[in-house]
Amino acid sequence: MRQPDPKNRTSADLDQFHQGLQIAHGTNTCLSCHDAGNYDSLKLADGRKVAFEDSIELCSQCHGPQRRDYDRGAHGGMNGYWDLTRGGRVRNTCIDCHDAHVPKYQSVHPAPHAHDRFQNGAAHE
Amino acid sequence: MSDLTRRTVLKAAGATLGASAFAAAIAPLTQWQPAESVDEFLRRHYKELTAEDLAAICRRIEADTKVSHGIDVHVAAPQPMPGVQFGYALNLSICVGCRRCAEACHQENNHDRTSHNSYIRVFELDNGSIDLATGDATYDHPVPAKGKYYMPVQCHQCDNAPCVKVCPVEATWKEQDGIVVVDYNWCIGCRYCEAACPYHARRFNWKKPEIRPEEINPDQGYLSNRVRPQGVMEKCTFCLHRTREGRLPACLEACPTGARVFGNLADPNSDIRWVLANKRVFILKDDLGTKPRFFYFFDK
Repeated sequence: MRQPDPKNRTSADLDQFHQGLQIAHGTNTCLSCHDAGNYDSLKLADGRKVAFEDSIELCSQCHGPQRRDYDRGAHGGMNGYWDLTRGGRVRNTCIDCHDAHVPKYQSVHPAPHAHDRFQNGAAHE
Repeated sequence: MSDLTRRTVLKAAGATLGASAFAAAIAPLTQWQPAESVDEFLRRHYKELTAEDLAAICRRIEADTKVSHGIDVHVAAPQPMPGVQFGYALNLSICVGCRRCAEACHQENNHDRTSHNSYIRVFELDNGSIDLATGDATYDHPVPAKGKYYMPVQCHQCDNAPCVKVCPVEATWKEQDGIVVVDYNWCIGCRYCEAACPYHARRFNWKKPEIRPEEINPDQGYLSNRVRPQGVMEKCTFCLHRTREGRLPACLEACPTGARVFGNLADPNSDIRWVLANKRVFILKDDLGTKPRFFYFFDK
Protein backbone atom coordinates (compact mmCIF):
# COMPACT_ATOMS: atom_id res chain seq x y z
CA MET A 1 0.00 0.00 0.00
CA ARG A 2 1.28 3.44 -0.92
CA GLN A 3 1.88 5.99 1.76
CA PRO A 4 -0.07 9.29 1.63
CA ASP A 5 1.97 12.14 0.16
CA PRO A 6 1.19 15.35 2.02
CA LYS A 7 2.66 17.36 -0.87
CA ASN A 8 -0.40 16.48 -2.99
CA ARG A 9 -2.62 19.53 -2.75
CA THR A 10 -5.28 18.99 -5.41
CA SER A 11 -6.70 16.15 -7.46
CA ALA A 12 -4.48 17.26 -10.35
CA ASP A 13 -1.44 16.10 -8.35
CA LEU A 14 -2.75 12.52 -8.18
CA ASP A 15 -1.89 9.66 -10.53
CA GLN A 16 -4.40 7.19 -9.07
CA PHE A 17 -7.94 7.50 -7.69
CA HIS A 18 -9.81 10.78 -7.25
CA GLN A 19 -8.25 12.20 -10.40
CA GLY A 20 -10.53 14.88 -11.76
CA LEU A 21 -12.31 15.29 -8.43
CA GLN A 22 -13.47 18.87 -8.41
CA ILE A 23 -12.41 20.89 -5.43
CA ALA A 24 -13.53 24.49 -4.99
CA HIS A 25 -13.33 25.13 -1.31
CA GLY A 26 -11.05 28.07 -0.60
CA THR A 27 -7.43 27.10 -0.12
CA ASN A 28 -8.22 23.81 1.59
CA THR A 29 -6.30 20.74 0.53
CA CYS A 30 -7.20 17.07 1.04
CA LEU A 31 -5.41 16.92 4.36
CA SER A 32 -7.17 20.01 5.71
CA CYS A 33 -10.04 17.69 6.56
CA HIS A 34 -8.97 14.11 5.81
CA ASP A 35 -6.67 12.37 8.28
CA ALA A 36 -3.26 11.66 6.72
CA GLY A 37 -2.97 8.48 8.81
CA ASN A 38 -6.35 7.22 7.63
CA TYR A 39 -8.01 8.89 4.67
CA ASP A 40 -11.30 7.24 5.60
CA SER A 41 -11.50 9.43 8.66
CA LEU A 42 -11.71 13.15 9.28
CA LYS A 43 -9.73 15.29 11.65
CA LEU A 44 -9.99 18.69 13.23
CA ALA A 45 -7.21 21.27 12.88
CA ASP A 46 -5.86 20.21 16.27
CA GLY A 47 -5.58 16.58 15.15
CA ARG A 48 -8.60 15.16 16.97
CA LYS A 49 -10.52 12.64 14.88
CA VAL A 50 -14.06 13.33 13.74
CA ALA A 51 -16.53 10.68 12.57
CA PHE A 52 -18.16 11.35 9.19
CA GLU A 53 -21.58 11.73 10.86
CA ASP A 54 -20.13 14.52 13.03
CA SER A 55 -18.62 16.41 10.10
CA ILE A 56 -20.49 19.55 11.22
CA GLU A 57 -17.81 19.91 13.90
CA LEU A 58 -15.18 20.04 11.17
CA CYS A 59 -17.07 22.65 9.13
CA SER A 60 -17.72 24.75 12.23
CA GLN A 61 -13.99 25.40 12.68
CA CYS A 62 -14.21 28.00 9.90
CA HIS A 63 -17.92 28.66 9.52
CA GLY A 64 -18.76 29.91 12.99
CA PRO A 65 -21.63 32.26 12.12
CA GLN A 66 -23.38 29.50 10.16
CA ARG A 67 -22.92 27.12 13.10
CA ARG A 68 -24.33 29.71 15.51
CA ASP A 69 -27.36 30.20 13.24
CA TYR A 70 -27.74 26.46 12.79
CA ASP A 71 -27.84 25.94 16.54
CA ARG A 72 -30.67 28.50 16.76
CA GLY A 73 -32.67 26.94 13.92
CA ALA A 74 -31.90 29.81 11.54
CA HIS A 75 -29.75 27.93 9.02
CA GLY A 76 -30.30 24.54 7.41
CA GLY A 77 -33.66 22.94 6.74
CA MET A 78 -35.55 20.75 9.16
CA ASN A 79 -38.61 18.56 9.60
CA GLY A 80 -40.78 17.78 12.58
CA TYR A 81 -42.00 19.93 15.45
CA TRP A 82 -41.62 23.58 16.41
CA ASP A 83 -42.92 22.57 19.86
CA LEU A 84 -40.15 20.34 21.14
CA THR A 85 -42.29 19.22 24.10
CA ARG A 86 -44.51 17.40 21.58
CA GLY A 87 -41.97 15.88 19.23
CA GLY A 88 -38.49 16.08 17.77
CA ARG A 89 -36.90 17.51 14.69
CA VAL A 90 -34.84 16.01 11.94
CA ARG A 91 -32.16 18.53 11.04
CA ASN A 92 -30.19 18.66 7.82
CA THR A 93 -26.48 18.80 8.37
CA CYS A 94 -24.01 20.83 6.31
CA ILE A 95 -23.33 18.14 3.72
CA ASP A 96 -27.03 17.49 3.02
CA CYS A 97 -27.01 20.75 1.07
CA HIS A 98 -23.33 21.57 0.52
CA ASP A 99 -20.86 19.27 -1.24
CA ALA A 100 -17.82 19.35 1.05
CA HIS A 101 -15.50 19.58 -1.97
CA VAL A 102 -17.56 22.21 -3.86
CA PRO A 103 -19.60 23.82 -1.10
CA LYS A 104 -21.24 26.62 -3.08
CA TYR A 105 -25.01 26.03 -3.11
CA GLN A 106 -25.74 24.82 -6.64
CA SER A 107 -28.40 26.44 -8.75
CA VAL A 108 -31.67 24.58 -9.17
CA HIS A 109 -34.69 24.87 -11.40
CA PRO A 110 -37.62 26.38 -9.50
CA ALA A 111 -40.88 24.52 -8.89
CA PRO A 112 -43.79 25.64 -11.12
CA HIS A 113 -45.38 29.00 -10.41
CA ALA A 114 -49.10 29.64 -10.02
CA HIS A 115 -51.13 31.05 -12.88
CA ASP A 116 -52.87 33.81 -11.05
CA ARG A 117 -54.24 37.08 -12.24
CA PHE A 118 -51.86 39.44 -10.50
CA GLN A 119 -48.59 38.11 -11.74
CA ASN A 120 -46.50 39.99 -14.27
CA GLY A 121 -49.14 42.67 -14.64
CA ALA A 122 -51.46 40.28 -16.47
CA ALA A 123 -54.41 41.47 -14.43
CA HIS A 124 -57.11 40.54 -16.93
CA GLU A 125 -55.94 37.40 -18.62
CA MET B 1 -110.67 44.31 -23.93
CA SER B 2 -112.38 47.02 -21.99
CA ASP B 3 -111.53 45.31 -18.68
CA LEU B 4 -107.78 45.58 -19.37
CA THR B 5 -107.47 48.67 -17.24
CA ARG B 6 -104.33 50.43 -16.13
CA ARG B 7 -104.95 48.95 -12.67
CA THR B 8 -105.09 45.38 -13.98
CA VAL B 9 -101.89 45.79 -15.95
CA LEU B 10 -100.03 47.24 -12.98
CA LYS B 11 -101.26 44.47 -10.72
CA ALA B 12 -100.11 41.83 -13.18
CA ALA B 13 -96.71 43.49 -13.61
CA GLY B 14 -96.33 43.84 -9.86
CA ALA B 15 -97.19 40.21 -9.34
CA THR B 16 -94.64 39.15 -11.97
CA LEU B 17 -91.94 41.30 -10.42
CA GLY B 18 -92.80 39.99 -6.99
CA ALA B 19 -92.65 36.41 -8.20
CA SER B 20 -89.29 36.90 -9.90
CA ALA B 21 -87.85 38.64 -6.84
CA PHE B 22 -89.03 35.74 -4.73
CA ALA B 23 -87.49 33.30 -7.20
CA ALA B 24 -84.17 35.16 -7.00
CA ALA B 25 -84.34 35.19 -3.22
CA ILE B 26 -84.83 31.45 -2.99
CA ALA B 27 -82.33 30.69 -5.77
CA PRO B 28 -79.83 29.22 -3.26
CA LEU B 29 -82.45 26.64 -2.40
CA THR B 30 -82.54 25.47 -6.00
CA GLN B 31 -78.79 24.81 -5.80
CA TRP B 32 -79.24 22.70 -2.71
CA GLN B 33 -77.33 19.48 -3.21
CA PRO B 34 -78.94 16.30 -1.93
CA ALA B 35 -75.70 15.63 -0.02
CA GLU B 36 -76.14 18.87 1.92
CA SER B 37 -78.13 18.52 5.10
CA VAL B 38 -80.56 21.06 6.52
CA ASP B 39 -78.02 21.77 9.27
CA GLU B 40 -75.41 22.58 6.65
CA PHE B 41 -77.78 24.95 4.89
CA LEU B 42 -78.95 26.76 8.02
CA ARG B 43 -75.46 27.32 9.40
CA ARG B 44 -74.50 29.33 12.43
CA HIS B 45 -71.34 31.41 12.70
CA TYR B 46 -68.19 29.44 13.59
CA LYS B 47 -67.82 31.31 16.87
CA GLU B 48 -71.33 30.29 17.95
CA LEU B 49 -70.64 26.59 17.49
CA THR B 50 -70.03 24.38 20.50
CA ALA B 51 -67.24 21.81 20.46
CA GLU B 52 -69.92 19.17 19.83
CA ASP B 53 -71.38 21.15 16.91
CA LEU B 54 -67.93 21.53 15.42
CA ALA B 55 -67.14 17.84 15.78
CA ALA B 56 -70.45 16.96 14.12
CA ILE B 57 -69.72 19.35 11.25
CA CYS B 58 -66.27 17.85 10.75
CA ARG B 59 -67.79 14.35 10.59
CA ARG B 60 -70.34 15.62 8.07
CA ILE B 61 -67.61 17.13 5.86
CA GLU B 62 -65.77 13.79 6.02
CA ALA B 63 -68.94 11.98 4.92
CA ASP B 64 -69.57 14.53 2.15
CA THR B 65 -66.01 14.12 0.89
CA LYS B 66 -66.51 10.38 0.80
CA VAL B 67 -69.52 10.92 -1.44
CA SER B 68 -68.02 13.65 -3.63
CA HIS B 69 -64.46 12.31 -4.02
CA GLY B 70 -64.69 8.73 -2.80
CA ILE B 71 -61.86 9.11 -0.29
CA ASP B 72 -61.46 9.02 3.48
CA VAL B 73 -60.25 12.28 4.98
CA HIS B 74 -59.84 13.42 8.56
CA VAL B 75 -61.17 16.91 9.30
CA ALA B 76 -60.18 18.41 12.65
CA ALA B 77 -60.83 21.77 14.24
CA PRO B 78 -57.72 22.32 16.38
CA GLN B 79 -58.05 25.28 18.74
CA PRO B 80 -55.38 27.88 19.60
CA MET B 81 -52.86 26.56 22.11
CA PRO B 82 -52.81 28.52 25.41
CA GLY B 83 -49.71 30.72 25.71
CA VAL B 84 -48.78 30.40 22.04
CA GLN B 85 -48.42 33.40 19.72
CA PHE B 86 -47.30 32.29 16.29
CA GLY B 87 -44.61 34.15 14.37
CA TYR B 88 -42.65 33.48 11.21
CA ALA B 89 -39.37 34.89 9.93
CA LEU B 90 -37.69 34.47 6.56
CA ASN B 91 -34.00 34.88 5.82
CA LEU B 92 -33.56 36.83 2.58
CA SER B 93 -29.81 36.21 2.71
CA ILE B 94 -30.17 32.50 2.05
CA CYS B 95 -33.48 32.10 0.17
CA VAL B 96 -32.54 30.87 -3.32
CA GLY B 97 -35.98 31.28 -4.91
CA CYS B 98 -36.49 27.56 -5.63
CA ARG B 99 -40.23 27.87 -4.92
CA ARG B 100 -40.25 24.57 -3.02
CA CYS B 101 -42.24 26.37 -0.29
CA ALA B 102 -44.94 27.42 -2.76
CA GLU B 103 -45.10 23.90 -4.15
CA ALA B 104 -45.39 22.36 -0.67
CA CYS B 105 -48.20 24.82 0.12
CA HIS B 106 -49.94 23.85 -3.11
CA GLN B 107 -49.99 20.20 -2.10
CA GLU B 108 -50.48 20.54 1.65
CA ASN B 109 -53.41 22.89 1.35
CA ASN B 110 -55.34 21.07 -1.38
CA HIS B 111 -55.10 23.90 -3.87
CA ASP B 112 -56.70 23.87 -7.30
CA ARG B 113 -54.36 21.93 -9.59
CA THR B 114 -55.34 23.69 -12.82
CA SER B 115 -54.26 27.15 -11.61
CA HIS B 116 -51.39 25.70 -9.55
CA ASN B 117 -52.52 28.00 -6.77
CA SER B 118 -50.42 28.58 -3.67
CA TYR B 119 -50.59 30.93 -0.68
CA ILE B 120 -46.94 31.81 -1.32
CA ARG B 121 -45.77 34.04 -4.14
CA VAL B 122 -42.00 34.31 -4.63
CA PHE B 123 -40.76 37.55 -6.14
CA GLU B 124 -37.47 37.77 -7.98
CA LEU B 125 -36.04 41.24 -7.37
CA ASP B 126 -32.91 43.11 -8.41
CA ASN B 127 -30.26 43.26 -5.72
CA GLY B 128 -30.67 46.54 -3.87
CA SER B 129 -34.32 47.04 -4.84
CA ILE B 130 -37.36 46.48 -2.71
CA ASP B 131 -39.91 47.75 -5.20
CA LEU B 132 -42.32 44.81 -5.45
CA ALA B 133 -43.88 46.34 -8.57
CA THR B 134 -40.66 45.44 -10.40
CA GLY B 135 -40.67 41.93 -8.97
CA ASP B 136 -41.17 38.93 -11.20
CA ALA B 137 -43.23 36.08 -9.71
CA THR B 138 -43.28 33.93 -12.85
CA TYR B 139 -39.53 33.50 -13.44
CA ASP B 140 -38.64 30.16 -14.95
CA HIS B 141 -34.86 29.79 -15.08
CA PRO B 142 -32.24 28.25 -12.79
CA VAL B 143 -32.00 30.02 -9.45
CA PRO B 144 -30.46 31.87 -7.77
CA ALA B 145 -29.88 34.09 -10.82
CA LYS B 146 -26.96 36.52 -10.83
CA GLY B 147 -27.80 39.96 -9.48
CA LYS B 148 -31.16 38.83 -8.09
CA TYR B 149 -32.61 38.04 -4.71
CA TYR B 150 -35.85 36.31 -3.80
CA MET B 151 -38.68 37.37 -1.54
CA PRO B 152 -41.45 34.88 -0.79
CA VAL B 153 -44.65 36.67 0.25
CA GLN B 154 -47.55 35.03 2.05
CA CYS B 155 -50.12 36.07 4.66
CA HIS B 156 -48.47 38.19 7.33
CA GLN B 157 -51.16 37.34 9.94
CA CYS B 158 -51.32 41.05 10.82
CA ASP B 159 -52.31 42.08 14.33
CA ASN B 160 -53.97 45.10 12.73
CA ALA B 161 -55.38 43.24 9.76
CA PRO B 162 -57.09 45.33 7.04
CA CYS B 163 -58.72 42.20 5.59
CA VAL B 164 -60.56 41.51 8.85
CA LYS B 165 -61.80 45.08 9.15
CA VAL B 166 -63.40 45.18 5.70
CA CYS B 167 -65.29 41.91 5.90
CA PRO B 168 -68.99 42.87 5.93
CA VAL B 169 -70.14 39.57 7.46
CA GLU B 170 -67.37 38.70 9.94
CA ALA B 171 -66.45 35.62 7.95
CA THR B 172 -62.77 36.30 8.66
CA TRP B 173 -61.20 37.08 12.02
CA LYS B 174 -58.04 36.82 14.07
CA GLU B 175 -57.69 33.88 16.43
CA GLN B 176 -56.09 33.93 19.90
CA ASP B 177 -52.77 32.59 18.59
CA GLY B 178 -52.55 35.31 15.96
CA ILE B 179 -53.73 33.39 12.90
CA VAL B 180 -56.25 35.12 10.64
CA VAL B 181 -58.80 32.56 9.49
CA VAL B 182 -61.76 32.33 7.10
CA ASP B 183 -64.94 30.35 7.68
CA TYR B 184 -65.55 29.12 4.15
CA ASN B 185 -69.19 28.47 4.95
CA TRP B 186 -69.79 32.02 6.16
CA CYS B 187 -67.85 33.89 3.45
CA ILE B 188 -70.05 35.54 0.81
CA GLY B 189 -67.22 35.95 -1.69
CA CYS B 190 -67.32 39.76 -1.98
CA ARG B 191 -63.50 39.86 -2.18
CA TYR B 192 -63.24 43.09 -0.14
CA CYS B 193 -60.53 41.38 1.92
CA GLU B 194 -58.56 40.52 -1.19
CA ALA B 195 -58.60 44.18 -2.19
CA ALA B 196 -57.73 45.36 1.32
CA CYS B 197 -54.66 43.13 1.82
CA PRO B 198 -51.47 45.07 1.05
CA TYR B 199 -49.55 41.79 0.63
CA HIS B 200 -51.87 40.25 -1.98
CA ALA B 201 -52.07 37.27 0.31
CA ARG B 202 -55.67 36.26 -0.23
CA ARG B 203 -56.97 34.07 -3.00
CA PHE B 204 -60.47 33.66 -4.42
CA ASN B 205 -61.96 30.38 -5.58
CA TRP B 206 -63.28 31.35 -8.97
CA LYS B 207 -64.32 27.77 -9.42
CA LYS B 208 -64.48 24.64 -7.34
CA PRO B 209 -60.85 23.55 -6.79
CA GLU B 210 -60.00 20.58 -9.01
CA ILE B 211 -57.80 17.93 -7.43
CA ARG B 212 -57.57 14.27 -8.25
CA PRO B 213 -58.90 12.30 -5.25
CA GLU B 214 -55.63 10.41 -4.81
CA GLU B 215 -53.76 13.73 -4.52
CA ILE B 216 -55.96 15.20 -1.79
CA ASN B 217 -54.17 15.65 1.52
CA PRO B 218 -56.47 13.78 3.94
CA ASP B 219 -55.04 15.56 7.01
CA GLN B 220 -57.40 18.53 7.03
CA GLY B 221 -58.46 21.42 9.21
CA TYR B 222 -61.91 23.01 9.25
CA LEU B 223 -60.42 26.52 9.14
CA SER B 224 -57.48 25.63 6.92
CA ASN B 225 -56.87 23.09 4.17
CA ARG B 226 -60.17 21.26 3.71
CA VAL B 227 -61.27 21.41 0.10
CA ARG B 228 -62.88 24.78 -0.42
CA PRO B 229 -66.21 25.43 -2.11
CA GLN B 230 -66.52 27.71 -5.12
CA GLY B 231 -66.93 31.45 -4.56
CA VAL B 232 -65.12 31.87 -1.25
CA MET B 233 -61.86 33.46 -0.12
CA GLU B 234 -58.94 31.47 1.18
CA LYS B 235 -55.55 32.32 2.67
CA CYS B 236 -52.45 31.04 4.41
CA THR B 237 -53.20 29.86 7.96
CA PHE B 238 -49.58 29.02 8.92
CA CYS B 239 -50.86 25.43 8.36
CA LEU B 240 -52.84 25.61 11.60
CA HIS B 241 -53.93 21.97 11.25
CA ARG B 242 -50.23 21.15 11.69
CA THR B 243 -48.88 23.99 13.81
CA ARG B 244 -51.61 23.80 16.47
CA GLU B 245 -50.42 20.24 17.02
CA GLY B 246 -46.85 21.45 17.49
CA ARG B 247 -45.68 20.55 13.99
CA LEU B 248 -43.83 22.83 11.59
CA PRO B 249 -45.65 24.40 8.62
CA ALA B 250 -45.34 22.59 5.28
CA CYS B 251 -43.49 25.48 3.61
CA LEU B 252 -40.79 25.41 6.28
CA GLU B 253 -40.26 21.66 5.96
CA ALA B 254 -39.93 22.03 2.19
CA CYS B 255 -37.31 24.80 2.40
CA PRO B 256 -33.94 23.27 1.46
CA THR B 257 -31.86 26.15 2.80
CA GLY B 258 -33.38 26.75 6.22
CA ALA B 259 -34.43 30.27 5.27
CA ARG B 260 -37.65 29.87 7.27
CA VAL B 261 -37.92 30.12 11.05
CA PHE B 262 -41.24 29.43 12.75
CA GLY B 263 -42.24 29.40 16.39
CA ASN B 264 -43.85 30.86 19.46
CA LEU B 265 -43.27 34.59 19.93
CA ALA B 266 -44.43 34.27 23.54
CA ASP B 267 -41.56 31.89 24.37
CA PRO B 268 -38.41 33.97 25.04
CA ASN B 269 -36.21 30.91 24.33
CA SER B 270 -37.74 30.14 20.94
CA ASP B 271 -35.71 30.22 17.72
CA ILE B 272 -37.88 32.96 16.31
CA ARG B 273 -37.27 35.20 19.33
CA TRP B 274 -33.53 34.64 18.89
CA VAL B 275 -33.78 35.70 15.25
CA LEU B 276 -35.78 38.83 16.07
CA ALA B 277 -33.31 39.78 18.80
CA ASN B 278 -30.08 39.01 16.92
CA LYS B 279 -30.65 39.52 13.21
CA ARG B 280 -31.24 42.56 11.04
CA VAL B 281 -35.03 42.35 10.77
CA PHE B 282 -37.44 44.31 8.64
CA ILE B 283 -41.19 44.39 8.19
CA LEU B 284 -42.66 44.58 4.71
CA LYS B 285 -44.71 47.77 4.26
CA ASP B 286 -44.11 48.70 7.88
CA ASP B 287 -45.49 52.18 7.18
CA LEU B 288 -49.01 50.80 6.73
CA GLY B 289 -49.21 49.91 10.41
CA THR B 290 -50.50 46.40 9.77
CA LYS B 291 -48.34 44.93 12.57
CA PRO B 292 -47.47 41.65 10.84
CA ARG B 293 -46.48 38.36 12.49
CA PHE B 294 -44.24 37.70 9.50
CA PHE B 295 -40.72 39.13 9.43
CA TYR B 296 -37.86 39.26 6.96
CA PHE B 297 -34.24 39.22 8.05
CA PHE B 298 -30.67 39.27 6.78
CA ASP B 299 -27.54 37.48 7.96
CA LYS B 300 -25.32 40.53 7.54
